[in-house]
Amino acid sequence: MSGEIAAITMAARPKVAAAAVKDASITALIAFGLFFMLVGLRTDVGPSGGLVLRQRWGEVAILVVLAFVLRLGLVTWRGLRGDAKPATAARTEALRKVGRLVAPVFILLAVALPFIPGTGRYELDLGILVLTYVMLGWGLNIVVGLAGLLDLGYVAFYAVGAYSYALLATTFGLSFWICLPLAGILAAFAGVLLGFPVLRLRGDYLAIVTLAFGEIIRVVLINWASLTGGPNGITGIPRPTFFGLPFSMSGEPDTFAGFFGIEPSPVHRVIFLYYLILVLALLTNWVSIRLRRQPLGRAWEALREDEIACRALGINVTTTKLTAFALGAMFAGIAGSFFATRQGFISPESFTFIESAIILAIVVLGGMGSQIGIAIAALVMIGGFEVFRDLDEWRMLVFGGAMVLIMVVRPRGLVGSRTPTVALGTRRAIGAEHVAEGRG
Amino acid sequence: MAYALQQLINGISLGMIYGLIAVGYTMVYGIIGMINFAHGDIFMVGAFIALISIVMLISGGIMDGPAAILIVLLVSMCVTALYGWTVERVAYRPLRGSFRLAPLISAIGMSIVLQNYVQVAQGARVKPIEPLLPGGVEVLRADSFIVQFSYMQMLIIAVTLGVLAMFTWLVTRTPLGRAMRACEQDRKMASLLGIDTDRTISLTFVIGAALAAVAGSMYLLRYGVIDFYIGFLAGVKAFTAAVLGGIGSLPGAVLGGLLIGLIETFWSAYFSVQYKDVAAFSILVLVLIFMPTGLLGRAEVEKV
Repeated sequence: MSGEIAAITMAARPKVAAAAVKDASITALIAFGLFFMLVGLRTDVGPSGGLVLRQRWGEVAILVVLAFVLRLGLVTWRGLRGDAKPATAARTEALRKVGRLVAPVFILLAVALPFIPGTGRYELDLGILVLTYVMLGWGLNIVVGLAGLLDLGYVAFYAVGAYSYALLATTFGLSFWICLPLAGILAAFAGVLLGFPVLRLRGDYLAIVTLAFGEIIRVVLINWASLTGGPNGITGIPRPTFFGLPFSMSGEPDTFAGFFGIEPSPVHRVIFLYYLILVLALLTNWVSIRLRRQPLGRAWEALREDEIACRALGINVTTTKLTAFALGAMFAGIAGSFFATRQGFISPESFTFIESAIILAIVVLGGMGSQIGIAIAALVMIGGFEVFRDLDEWRMLVFGGAMVLIMVVRPRGLVGSRTPTVALGTRRAIGAEHVAEGRG
Repeated sequence: MAYALQQLINGISLGMIYGLIAVGYTMVYGIIGMINFAHGDIFMVGAFIALISIVMLISGGIMDGPAAILIVLLVSMCVTALYGWTVERVAYRPLRGSFRLAPLISAIGMSIVLQNYVQVAQGARVKPIEPLLPGGVEVLRADSFIVQFSYMQMLIIAVTLGVLAMFTWLVTRTPLGRAMRACEQDRKMASLLGIDTDRTISLTFVIGAALAAVAGSMYLLRYGVIDFYIGFLAGVKAFTAAVLGGIGSLPGAVLGGLLIGLIETFWSAYFSVQYKDVAAFSILVLVLIFMPTGLLGRAEVEKV
C-alpha cells in the first residue's frame, strides 16, 4: 500500500517541479514589476533642492531572486504535502494541558525575575514593558476576545488613564494610590461614553468608529494645549511611592531605603514598579478568568458567537456590551496611569493608532480569548521589538508582515481552542476552526 | 462671498480626490464585504510611483505638456494596480471563508507593511516637487481678494470626471462590470452561474487601485509634497466619504467624497484648521450611528 503511494508521489514529482518553476517565474516577474520603481529608483532631495534619482538595481535583483526562491519553496512544499488536514481536537486538548503547566511556570519566573542573577536594570525595564503590554492585551481581550467587539481605538483609554493620573497628580497633588482607581474609573466612563453610541454597530463598522474615536481623542490631546500641554505633553509627573515612602537616594528614615534600613539604590524603584505592574496584570487576568465563568462572561461569549440568538434568548445586549467596554477601558486606564508614573512624562505621541494595532495584534496572535496565548504573544512581540531595536524602520515592516502572515497561516492565533462552558460529562476542547461564528 | 467661492473651488477639487479613493473602498466592500484598510496606503503608493516617474521624466528632459502628465498617470495606474492585485492575492484571498475579523486584521497588517516599505525604500523625509502646471484663471475679483481657479484644479476635476465616466461605462456596460455586479449581489450564485469570482474580485482590486493611483497622482500634482504617511488620513477620510454616500453605492462614493472635501475645506476656512481632522472623524461617527445606510445606500436586510 505504502509502496504504491510512494510510486505515485515519485511519478508526480517532475510535474510538481515544472509547475513550481513556472509559478515561481511568474512570481519573480510580478516582484520585478512591484519593486523596480519604488526600490530601484530612490528619490532624494538633491543639492539644488529638487529631487534626484539614485539607482539601486542590486537590491531589486536580490528581492526578485528572493521572491523566486521563496515561491518555489512554497509551491514545492505544498505540492508534495498534499491537502492540509485540520487540526484535530486531540491536538488542541494536548495544547491545553501544556498550557495548564506553562502558566504556573511563567508566573513563578515572573515573580522570581528580579532575583535571578544577571538581571540588571535593562532586563527589569524590558520586563515592565512586556508586562504592561500583557496587561493591555488581557484588558483588550475582554472586549475583542470575549465579547467579540473589534476595538481599534483601545489606546484612547490608555491615554485617558495616563492623562487622568498626570493631571490629578500635578494639579491637585493626589497620591498615586488614590489616582490609580480614579484613572480606572474615568477610563471606564470613557468606555461607556464610547460604547453608548456604537451599540448598534457591528464588526467592521464598529472597528472604524472606535478607530475614529481614538484619533479624535489624540487630536484633542494635541490641540487642547491649556489642559494637556499640547504636543509637549505633561512633564514632572510624580514618581510612585512605596505606600507613602518615596524612593530617594538620601537614605533618610522617611524614605524607602531608610525605613527598612537598607542601602539606597535606584534599582529599588524599578523592582517596585516591576512588581506593581505584575500585580496589576495578574489582577486583570484574575478578574477576566473569574468573570468568564459568571453569567456576565457567558453572556459576552454568547454575544461574540451570535448576537441575534442572544437577543432571542433574552440577554440584555446593551448592558452586556457596555460592561465589556467599561471593564476593558478600566484596565487600560489603570495601565495608563502606571505608564504615566513610570515615565514621569507623557505626550500624545505615545498614544497613536499604531499602539492600538500592536495591542490588537497581541490579542489576535495570542488566539483571542486565550489568557496564556496573549501573555506569550506579548512576550514574543515586545521582546522581538526590543531585539530588533537597531533596525528601527525595518521593525515595523516585519511587524506588519508578521500580522498578515499569522492571519494567513493561523487565523485563530497561537492557542486557538474553545472550551465549552457547559458540558455533559467530560469537558472537551474543540479546535477553533470547527466553531462557526455569528455576526456579533 | 468671494472667499466662499474660492473655498468652494478648493473643496470640490479636494473632494474629487477623496471621491476617487472612496470608489475603491465602496467597490471592495460591496463585493466581499470587507474594509480594505490598506486602500489608503495604495493611494500613497500611487502618489510615490507618480513622483518617481515625474522625476524620471524631468531627468530625461521631457516634462512638459499634457502628454507627460498622461504618461505619469498611466505608469502610476499600471504599477499601483499591480500592488492592489498583489495585496489581494497575498493578504486577502487566503482568508476568504475565514472568520469575520481575519481579513480586517490582515488588512491592517498590510497597511503597516506598505507604509514602512515605502519608508524604508524611499526614506522618511517629505518629497517636494516643483509645480508642473502653475497659474490659473481669475474668476472673480472682489475688493482685494482674487478668486482663482488654477489650471491644476481644472485638471483634477477634468481627469476625475473622465476617469469616473470610463469607470461607470466599465461597470454598467461591459461583461466584467456585469460579473462584478453579480458578485456583489450574490457571490455563491454568481459562481454557480459560471462567473470566475476569484478573478472578478482580483479585477475589482486592480480597478480600485488604479483609481487610487489617479487620486495619488492628482494629490501629488496639487499639493506638491508627499510622504509615506499620507495614506492613513486620506484613507480614513475617503472611507468616511464612502460611508456617507452609502457604502456599496458608486455614485454615493463620489457624492460623499465631494461632501467631505467641501466640509473639510469650509471647516478649515471658517472654524479651525487644527480640528479639521476631528470634523471628518466626527462625521464618520455621526453618519454611522444615525444613518448607517448613508445617503444613497440601501438598507441591508439581515436574514437569520
